[in-house]
Amino acid sequence: MADAALFEFLHTEMVAELWTHPSDPGPGGQKMSLSVLEGMGFRVGQALGERLPQETLAFREELDILKFLCKDLWVAVFQKQMDSLRTNHQGTYVLQDDSFPLLIRMASGLQYLEEAPKFLAFTCGLLRGTLCILGIKSLVTASVASLPTCKFQVVIQKT
Amino acid sequence: MAVCVAVIAKENYPLYIRSIPTENELKFHYMVHTSLDVVDEKISAMGKALVDQRELYLGLLYPTEDYKVYGYVTNSKVKFVMVVDSSNTALRDNEIRSMFRKLHNSYTDVMCNPFYNPGDRIQSRAFDSMVTSMMIQVLSRAPCCRAGEALWA
Repeated sequence: MADAALFEFLHTEMVAELWTHPSDPGPGGQKMSLSVLEGMGFRVGQALGERLPQETLAFREELDILKFLCKDLWVAVFQKQMDSLRTNHQGTYVLQDDSFPLLIRMASGLQYLEEAPKFLAFTCGLLRGTLCILGIKSLVTASVASLPTCKFQVVIQKT
Repeated sequence: MAVCVAVIAKENYPLYIRSIPTENELKFHYMVHTSLDVVDEKISAMGKALVDQRELYLGLLYPTEDYKVYGYVTNSKVKFVMVVDSSNTALRDNEIRSMFRKLHNSYTDVMCNPFYNPGDRIQSRAFDSMVTSMMIQVLSRAPCCRAGEALWA
């Protein structure tokens, strides 16, 4: 039960630490911090992608893998399921979470909208890492219209 | 109870390969390499079959006169191949399944190790000792089988 709180605090500290000491001042350093966060999420996503589907049988198609992300992965990390999954059937998926646990403590509405993206970088990496280990190369971006609702857009790279 | 255990990455290069009679290693390497074709065939056959669920355990890949080769594939397309001595007839299917499950659990632990980069060779001592425990049993079992036969005859 305490796992969720521990993860939230750790995540908040990670963002705070990487943001206050960027490797070089100016916009370049901040982008570096975001990619470091995303990289961390990526490695964690790879490990989770190996451990979580362990008992489930092999996935048949892409949509199954996305459903696994929305249900099992989200429940394991955030103790709730993703609220909606939309697709254009051409390799783009939009996952929407109406009360994202990492944002819900901050505000409800439009306050802190500019600060929100850095709290989503780790989660984008998490999604990308899990997809990568399950065999899908993708690009994940996040957008926030109003806290705590956020959307993760997954674009599958066609090789 | 295995004679050779191999873990093969998605891109079909070995992450870990170990065999017990260490003098004829190359023969086992070759056997594992040829079994990859059978593994790929089974995976694609299962994909096309209209079975609702695909199993991770692939079963007996092919038997030779001295050895039997078993396969298992994970959801991340990492393959485990196990070569077992044919003379050890006491091994049943569910024993092989449980050995693969142990392998899968140990592999997952290796993946979760933050010092391990996915795609590198596996150098974890815990993984080594788990594989050793699986292989040592063949040396401890064989004399018992022979002793049993002698008593019976």
